Amino acid sequence: MIFEVFRQEKKGAAFTHAGSVAAPDAVFAEAFAHEQYGRRHESVALWVVPRDAVREVTDFPDELSKTYHRVDGYSLKAKLKEARERAGAASP
Amino acid sequence: MSERAQRLLEIADDELILGWRDSEWTGIAPSLEEDVAFSSIAQNEIGHARALYELAAHHLGTTADELAFDRSPEEYRCAPLVQLRRVDWAHTIARHWLYETADELRLARLKQSDDPEVAGLAAKMDREEVYHRLHAQMWADHLRDEPRFRSAVEELWPYAVGVVDEDLRQALAQRLNLARDTSSIGERGDPSDEFRALWDEMTMVRRSVPGATW
Repeated sequence: MIFEVFRQEKKGAAFTHAGSVAAPDAVFAEAFAHEQYGRRHESVALWVVPRDAVREVTDFPDELSKTYHRVDGYSLKAKLKEARERAGAASP
Repeated sequence: MSERAQRLLEIADDELILGWRDSEWTGIAPSLEEDVAFSSIAQNEIGHARALYELAAHHLGTTADELAFDRSPEEYRCAPLVQLRRVDWAHTIARHWLYETADELRLARLKQSDDPEVAGLAAKMDREEVYHRLHAQMWADHLRDEPRFRSAVEELWPYAVGVVDEDLRQALAQRLNLARDTSSIGERGDPSDEFRALWDEMTMVRRSVPGATW
């Protein structure tokens, strides 16, 4: 079985994907992850998750080019400039 | 040599030689993950040996390196269990499981020591040994019904007895759930031929340039 391992570098930080381990069961996976991703004290906590339990979502259709849903589809800079000019404020 | 230094050397030698034996699996363990895990555990044991040698060296007026590498085979105090060369995984896991369990009892006693340096180091070591025990127990559970593992435990039990003091041997049998005779095979300070071969290889580099500063 393959287990995905996420590690936390310090308390309060977000867990990031560290890699994976191959193990016959969850107990072995924990022990292997502990040595592979923790032996140099590079982690304060690990999440060890069976790969099968990870739900993958990859399909994001955008047939109608709805750019206003995207952060790059709406230029705030231009809008801000217009607003400043309307208000008579100097551009920074 | 004081009782204290003698005791520190016994444990340091056990940890060094077991770490050395376990590191013989680096590159040939049954899976890559196990290779990394077992090598890491072996390195931990050698790290424990280093800390114990340093403590002993301070009182003996020598250095950890001199204690680890510059003694003759007869001067080592390691138990017969760790001296054995085991090229079979079932035996290696049986030894690992027997040793870690014995070491747990020994460390529990050391943590109660009146000597704050010894008690403090024992507590530090025990925090790492927890993971060695988890690893050993996990494998022992995994191989429980495997005849090769069971016969390896039977074969190595009389050696495991020799790791702990006599008054802890019954407790060791109970902890392992082995209702067994607690007479041991061999004693400390009696180097086997296998140990002499290990010593020869382990000290080869230092002996190649006597007195060098590395």
